[in-house]
Amino acid sequence: MKPAEFSYTRAVTLSDALGSFASSTLGRVIAGGQSLGPMLNLRLAEPRELIDVSRLVELRHTRIEGDRLAIGACVTHAEIEDGKIPDVTVGLMPFVASGIAYRAVRNRGTIGGSIAHADPAADWLTTTIALDASLLLSGAAGQREVRVSDFVRGALDTAIGEGEIITYVLVPRLSSAACWGHAKYAKKPGDFAQSMAVAVVDPERRGARIVLGQRAEPPRLMCNTSELLAARGCAPPPPDLGAAIEADLTDAQIEVGDRSMHRAIVARAVQDLAA
Amino acid sequence: MKTINIRINGEAVSRPVDDRLSLADFVRDHCLLMGTHVGCEQGVCGACTLMMDDKPVRSCITLAVAADGSDIRTVEGYGDDPLMREIRRAFNRRHALQCGFCTPGMLATAYDVLSRIADLDRDRIRSELGGNFCRCTGYLPIIQAIEDVHAQRGRSASKSVIQAAE
Repeated sequence: MKPAEFSYTRAVTLSDALGSFASSTLGRVIAGGQSLGPMLNLRLAEPRELIDVSRLVELRHTRIEGDRLAIGACVTHAEIEDGKIPDVTVGLMPFVASGIAYRAVRNRGTIGGSIAHADPAADWLTTTIALDASLLLSGAAGQREVRVSDFVRGALDTAIGEGEIITYVLVPRLSSAACWGHAKYAKKPGDFAQSMAVAVVDPERRGARIVLGQRAEPPRLMCNTSELLAARGCAPPPPDLGAAIEADLTDAQIEVGDRSMHRAIVARAVQDLAA
Repeated sequence: MKTINIRINGEAVSRPVDDRLSLADFVRDHCLLMGTHVGCEQGVCGACTLMMDDKPVRSCITLAVAADGSDIRTVEGYGDDPLMREIRRAFNRRHALQCGFCTPGMLATAYDVLSRIADLDRDRIRSELGGNFCRCTGYLPIIQAIEDVHAQRGRSASKSVIQAAE
């Protein structure tokens, strides 16, 4: 089980990385390699070139930009877990980071890499969509911003363009009145979620976003549930919560056998709001 | 081929390697340090866990070229490090290994957990060990070994506080 042959380049600057990526054929960008590494070993990915961006100073920066935190794409999960960067999410992001895979993986895995890989069961997708975060993408033609919810198109499928690299994750600041809830079901600690839900309610700003993550499809914004909770702020869940969750799950996309698991996980995340 | 410069267990190593060579295979086949074990080769089983710049990483999904310039410590490289000595003794006392395949990764994880987390309890140890598979022990002796070292360190820390107060 060894990767197919490729040539590896460590980029020295971002423009250097964008240049080599644009001119490469069958090239891939690698950061911590915690998703791509296994895929290389299993030969599920066979790039001819790898461009390593993990040490680019530009992508290791984090800064406050007005009402948002711009997190460099190559900040690791462990750095977010340990509070090495500022937190604008009332503790949600450090909490989520601490539950990603295992510490040895978190030490190398990066937030940008995880989002670029777009495994629908991975923690950052569901979380950043609940936070209504965006991505800054850089390419040869310049920069553009895209919401994470528009970026993810399907399992391992994203709207990233030819030659583009995720450079920053832009996370809106939650107000101090905000609360969040989280629930995840995995077969063992550190495994990918069978089902996970993140609820973010911010009475002062953007209302409520409850997002369900699972294996088969991109994270799903639970519209009825979000609307119901937006009206109530961080108060304990209303009695008609179950009906709202049900309404968000009644479609052919979700297998009947999984529905009760998702229902329970979303309800648990909502209950966690008040905890 | 790229030439990489790495420190392994305190020794500077400079060697040309294939771009696709994993750090685990570099350590084993090029440096002949066979203590690092290769199990699943997809970052799940934890047998290949070693220290890179003092942090545990999966050497099977880290490329050797990506480790250029770093400081690597494998299971062979702890010498008489006092914490690792205590961990080894506790593993021995508790029979925390049988075949030994997972042990180098377990020792690295135990070292990290004990030095990073101040308020360790059994639940936390169990979840921290979620990334290291053992097929012999049923985990309990490993958990007990880590608990022993943690309790011992707590005692010696509080003893030195008492001594300082006196």
